[in-house]
Amino acid sequence: MKGVASRLGQMVLVLFGISVLVFAVFFATPGSDPSVRIAGRGASPEVIERVRHAYGFDRPLPMRYLTMMDHLFISRNLTSYVNHGQNVVSEVFAAAPVTLSLVLWAALFWVAGALVFGLIGAAFQGEWIDRLVSLLALIGLSIPVFWLGEMVNLVSESRFHDSWLFSWVPPLGYVPFMTSPLGWAKALILPAMTLAVAFIGLYSRVLRTDLLTAMQDDALRTARAKGVGPWRLWFCHALRLSGLSALSLFGLDFAQLLGGGALLIEVVFALPGVGHLTYQGLSTLDLPLIMATVLYAAFFVVIANALIDGLYRLLDPRMGRGSHDG
Amino acid sequence: MTGEALLSVSDLRLQHRQAGILLDGVSLTVKRGQILGVVGESGSGKSLTGLSVLGLQPQGQLSGTLRFDGEDLTRFSSRDWRRFRGRRAAMIFQDPMTAFLPVRRIGPQIVEQIRVHTALSHQAARERVVSLLGRMGVPSPEQTAQRFPHELSGGLRQRAMIAMALSCDPELLIADEPTTALDVTVQTQILTLLKEIGAREASVMLITHDMGVVAQSCTDVAVLYAGVVIETGPVAEVLQAPLHPYTKALLRAIPPMTGSRPERLPVIDGVPPSPDTRPVGCVFAPRCPQVTPDCAIRPPMRGEGAHRAACVLVP
Amino acid sequence: MIFSATGRFLYRRKSAAAALGMLLLLILCALAAPLYAENVGVDPMESSLAGTVLRDGKRVDIMQPNDNPLHLGLSPIGPSWRWGAYALGADSQGRDIAARLLYGARASLLIAFSAACLCLVMATFCGLLAGYCGGWIDIIISRALDILWAVPVYLFAISLSVVTVGHDLSFGPFHVQPDSLLLPIGIIALIYVPYAARPIRARTRSLSSAGFVLAARGLGASSLRIVFREILPLLAETVLVLSPLIMALCLLAESALSFLSLGVQAPAASWGSLIHDGEGLIYSRPVVAIAPGVAIILTVLALNALGDAAQAELRARGRR
Repeated sequence: MKGVASRLGQMVLVLFGISVLVFAVFFATPGSDPSVRIAGRGASPEVIERVRHAYGFDRPLPMRYLTMMDHLFISRNLTSYVNHGQNVVSEVFAAAPVTLSLVLWAALFWVAGALVFGLIGAAFQGEWIDRLVSLLALIGLSIPVFWLGEMVNLVSESRFHDSWLFSWVPPLGYVPFMTSPLGWAKALILPAMTLAVAFIGLYSRVLRTDLLTAMQDDALRTARAKGVGPWRLWFCHALRLSGLSALSLFGLDFAQLLGGGALLIEVVFALPGVGHLTYQGLSTLDLPLIMATVLYAAFFVVIANALIDGLYRLLDPRMGRGSHDG
Repeated sequence: MTGEALLSVSDLRLQHRQAGILLDGVSLTVKRGQILGVVGESGSGKSLTGLSVLGLQPQGQLSGTLRFDGEDLTRFSSRDWRRFRGRRAAMIFQDPMTAFLPVRRIGPQIVEQIRVHTALSHQAARERVVSLLGRMGVPSPEQTAQRFPHELSGGLRQRAMIAMALSCDPELLIADEPTTALDVTVQTQILTLLKEIGAREASVMLITHDMGVVAQSCTDVAVLYAGVVIETGPVAEVLQAPLHPYTKALLRAIPPMTGSRPERLPVIDGVPPSPDTRPVGCVFAPRCPQVTPDCAIRPPMRGEGAHRAACVLVP
Repeated sequence: MIFSATGRFLYRRKSAAAALGMLLLLILCALAAPLYAENVGVDPMESSLAGTVLRDGKRVDIMQPNDNPLHLGLSPIGPSWRWGAYALGADSQGRDIAARLLYGARASLLIAFSAACLCLVMATFCGLLAGYCGGWIDIIISRALDILWAVPVYLFAISLSVVTVGHDLSFGPFHVQPDSLLLPIGIIALIYVPYAARPIRARTRSLSSAGFVLAARGLGASSLRIVFREILPLLAETVLVLSPLIMALCLLAESALSFLSLGVQAPAASWGSLIHDGEGLIYSRPVVAIAPGVAIILTVLALNALGDAAQAELRARGRR
């Protein structure tokens, strides 16, 4: 119980630190005055002064921090600087399902791809197929995701749209699941695959290394001495032993994507998710909007981390169960 | 049933591409009902011999013959090996902590082996596991089966390991340093258990570096030095009248149980040859106090009856 | 000694040698950018919508009528196999893609390299301080890095860019131009500090409890002396191995920021901003976006391969 409490305390501390950091980035960066930005270029000092007062930028920083946090998390009525009256928090929550759908699809592809390529690489260690897979993984890691998205669009929407392979691809955009489950899937498959490419590259490499390490383990020698067949050996023993470290990595990346790491893909494929919302905020310099998305994203990462940590403890009996008696 | 050869290894050689010659002509026989102690220093190839019997030796060139109950193991396909391992010959390892998969409970790991080799239902296999654990002297076997490896003591883990090895009624049990990682009191218990198994259930090949363990629990012994078996025979004869100079030196290096302690235990000068610099002749010749010119040629095993040694001094 | 060690490393690992060759080639190309622009006579920054270019012996407009049935609108000239101006075609402003690609290479490589260096310096400082001092200094630095780590890297970079890039900034006596490259360099370096600091801290910790450090301390060496004479030389290896990987990450981050118009400011070019320029022409003149993308992939691939080889070398040395 004590461990849980101290972890919770640490989490709260990290969350507080993040909120201060993000607030400071947006409102206390030296030399960057938000009132000047809102007033526009070349505004007269009087106008800037009026803006400063109207937005409360002349109040002390701690006060402004507290007000901002209240607007964001307690009263949840933070309004945009650009579209007056637009509630930022509700916008973020409205965009969340799009991002969630995208990231879930991507996770599906990336876990499957990483498993396939990681197992192939490990099982054929040193052979040409292993080298090929390693090279592909390295290339996957090296492609800028937004460029790949553009290329996918080019191929699927324009050049080969009429071929049998891509004729099913719908125009860019999002279809809610409730409207049409099939349309939802169609709209998300290509963006999700694009998003997954880099992660497949990363995770197949991690998994290959971990599997090869696990294969050297004493427990795997026991399994072989037991007469376990190769499929069982790889899937039930080696993967079970090595999958855990990949799992904690997976949790972190999954949370980062959910929190807006998928911004570039959402922009390229015109999916109205949280990342796209941030992008809109960028073009209009809507600080509350950007701050809300960034802060929610960071909080999400911290909470997801804690959850993964708990899951890890559940799956790896060696950790944190010292006093277990059952 | 005793007397019939179960496993006979002859002139087993293993050459590894990087490490060199690991096994340099190992010959030994395990008869049914026997507990054969395979004794040697680390690096002498005793564990490799055990692993080779299950086809688990590291990649390398293997030559020689391995016969198990009349079957030629060197001709086994990977499918044959899978049916053989765990079913007809099983192995237990030095460190039961690392030998079990740490993320699964003990019971299911044993059940897995039973289900791989027999058509037993899940329920039946589980009951069998509990009875096996009980037979191995594990207190409250049902609860123990539900534990994770790290939740058990070293002795219990090794008992569970032995239970797993015996779960498919193998004819041969290979125990690779089964007591090295355990406390002294627990060591004795495990050795007693192995002795009982040797008497009742399966032949045992007990790999150890400890002559004391051999004396305590084996019926026969094979002494390995630098990848070669240099002396074999019934334990009592070998201990009382060792033939090979190496065995003699080895026995002298054990502190006496009674009488005054010697100031210093006698040591053997020099170090065993490394795998890439094996001598052509007798492997012990460079360190042997009684070396003769004849030692430049590898001596064959000679002697009377079951007690034989590979030394020119043996009549 | 360093040179012979590097030479042996490159000889043993062919992939590293190939990657290094590729990188040197790219750097040479970037250096040769003005040479190319002068040679073929184009200005990579100035738009020339009304310009013409000699192609197949004929003068043709850079902006040509669209090949759609109605010939509506204009699209820039496409690539040709001949050497000369507009070999890769023009962008929507009528500028030479090849020249912009070369000038973009300068910006991209410069930012990636400087950001990686800055990041590693900061990370080494933090890692060394946290790893060597331990105690509450370690706790504070580690927690601070945790906080940085929790903000998704690109979002963090974007946030910092939004408030700084493109505005007149004054930090006390220092004035930063709105289009200064210092801003993206600093931002990108900052976001990857936690990534680099963790392994450096771990290595410092293991080094500072190593026997020779304890021995030095036993001989009465000061902390500064131990850090600079005993730990830092061995730490350099870890940092060096990390550097290509960090530089690859920095290059990708730079391209992403520039793609969102938050990095290099127009009319200057970087590979990321070139992809952004190509986005509007993606269906009619895909080469505008494809070329800088290929350049990024080649560079990052070479850096990753180099980093992989260096890591493998380090592991192999540890085993020996």
